[in-house]
Amino acid sequence: MKDIREDIAWAKINQDVLKSLENPRKLYWVILFVAIAMVGVAVGCEIYQYSTGMGVSNKNNSHVWGLYIATFIFWIGMSHSGTLLSAILHLMHADWRKPIYRFAEAMTTFSLMTAGLFVAVHLGRVWQIYYALPYPNERGLWPNFQSPLLWDAMAIFTYLSSSIVFLYVGMIPDLAICRDRMHEGWRKKLYTLLSLGWEGTDRQWRNFRVTYLTIACFLIPLAVSVHSIVASDFAMSQQPGWHITSFPPYFVAGALYSGCAAIITLFIILRYVFRFEEYMTMGILKKIVRLTFAISMVWTYLNAVEFASVWYSHDQASKDVLIQKAIGTYAPFWWGMMFCGSVVPLTLAFKRFQTNIPVLFAVSLLLNLGMWLERWMIVAPTFAHGIYPWAWDHDQWPSFVQWGMVFGSFGWFTLLFMVFCKVFPSVSMYEVKEMVYHRRQETKKLEATGKFATAGKGAH
Amino acid sequence: MSKRHLLALFSNFDAAEAVVKELRDVRINGFDADKDMIVKSPIEHPEVEEFLGYKPVHVQWFTLGGALMGGLLGFFLISGAQANFYAQIKGGKPIVPFPPNFVLTYEMFILGGVFISVLGFLICAGLPARRSPLYSTKVSEDQIGILVKSDENAANTLKAIFAKHNALEIQEEAGK
Repeated sequence: MKDIREDIAWAKINQDVLKSLENPRKLYWVILFVAIAMVGVAVGCEIYQYSTGMGVSNKNNSHVWGLYIATFIFWIGMSHSGTLLSAILHLMHADWRKPIYRFAEAMTTFSLMTAGLFVAVHLGRVWQIYYALPYPNERGLWPNFQSPLLWDAMAIFTYLSSSIVFLYVGMIPDLAICRDRMHEGWRKKLYTLLSLGWEGTDRQWRNFRVTYLTIACFLIPLAVSVHSIVASDFAMSQQPGWHITSFPPYFVAGALYSGCAAIITLFIILRYVFRFEEYMTMGILKKIVRLTFAISMVWTYLNAVEFASVWYSHDQASKDVLIQKAIGTYAPFWWGMMFCGSVVPLTLAFKRFQTNIPVLFAVSLLLNLGMWLERWMIVAPTFAHGIYPWAWDHDQWPSFVQWGMVFGSFGWFTLLFMVFCKVFPSVSMYEVKEMVYHRRQETKKLEATGKFATAGKGAH
Repeated sequence: MSKRHLLALFSNFDAAEAVVKELRDVRINGFDADKDMIVKSPIEHPEVEEFLGYKPVHVQWFTLGGALMGGLLGFFLISGAQANFYAQIKGGKPIVPFPPNFVLTYEMFILGGVFISVLGFLICAGLPARRSPLYSTKVSEDQIGILVKSDENAANTLKAIFAKHNALEIQEEAGK
């Protein structure tokens, strides 16, 4: 199963990708409409909260903003797959990433933007966001540089801004193609402005290659640090269920896992909506599926490590939280997380399911449901059964305002992502050309040496 | 003497490479292959660098400078702020604690490195740029362009070389 056809003409690649900017399938508009409606629900909940009073957000108990923070971690985690595909696989010269890394990078950027919303939303009164910003001020609020929360703010800002820069720099040659091919209008003006006068000269390419590689090298440790720091928000506290040494790698593995699952979902959607069947091929899908399966097993292992270290630590409060997760109020969700995160991915081990689109679509959604539940199961049980018995509160259920905001965040992400894919090329044209070119050269070499017949079998 | 610009388009890298080799080997008055020739291609192609000869890239120096500056700036800004906290009771703990400050220094190191790398890229690649005197949109599609600048009297020789190597199209424009 080939990753891509080697005989696709370069001009056709431009034509196919540019067509996606103008003429998607009708499903695109349906998705966009649904996303706007979902955002509308969140806006409605926010307005209701302001007009009725903060009480409706149900933060007047020990669970406070638990649901928001769980969703915040989910969106931060989602962003890691973009870095995995665009930076890590770039350094490893895995050229099959080329047709799909652009949308994964966009996913990184928009999921970080969505996560950032929750910092504002969890405050309740969003117009007082400046209270959360870490700077010395007249109000006597001194930033505590030793707090992981402040590290978090800095890490997320660095990650978001670097991801935007990485996405943009990698897109410059494609923006020049758009500039050259688009008809007069606002789009052409936008592409002309953003392409910075790129002409593909040897000087430009030479410097581009080094810059792209350099930023990729920076993004990998940055991505790891971001989720490690998010893990530190919990692990550095003394709360039972959070104060666990393995949290940083566990969070990073979970982040890569949910990101890969989201890539499968979006891969399937974009492939259909923008008619990218020639570029987002089954060969590439199979590779992502295998990668996701491998990461799911790492995540399962780290779960086992976490449970074992809590169980054998003889820290009674932590043990109680673990027992509460398994048999308490949250048991259905905790077992749901285990099922979705550790059992459902086993289907990905079967060859016949690795290219079965309906099955993969359903599995990828279940995996992400599992990963969202994982974040909720990190936050909520500790709030419900923390270290102080007088603060125990097992029966709190988030209010509809909180659920509305979480629901709306999915719409917000989808809206940003789909608009991006309609305005900017979601498949990297120049990199697909490179991929096709190099594959063709390899085939020619093999044909010339007479090894094609043997090397062709299982070469991919 | 006034200068003339020529842009020749080729269908593949082999033809472009042959032209570049010939232009470097042949001595033409009023044309210097090292200074007056630019290769434009739709993809990043390492072989272009090989046949054009080694040209240094300086972006990594910007990266190093940016990362060091970012890290130092981060550390000293935080330490400076903490040093002003003497009014607050620290309970015997260090005023400038190194381990937690390392995290923020690390983030600023990366932030500085990324942003200054991009600045370096723009400077080294000459971006943003105005359009060259000659530009073909086919270069961003599937053709390889060789843009040369020469004296008027060398233009015919150059055109002959392009034609010999089956250039798909030759554009010319009088320069300044």
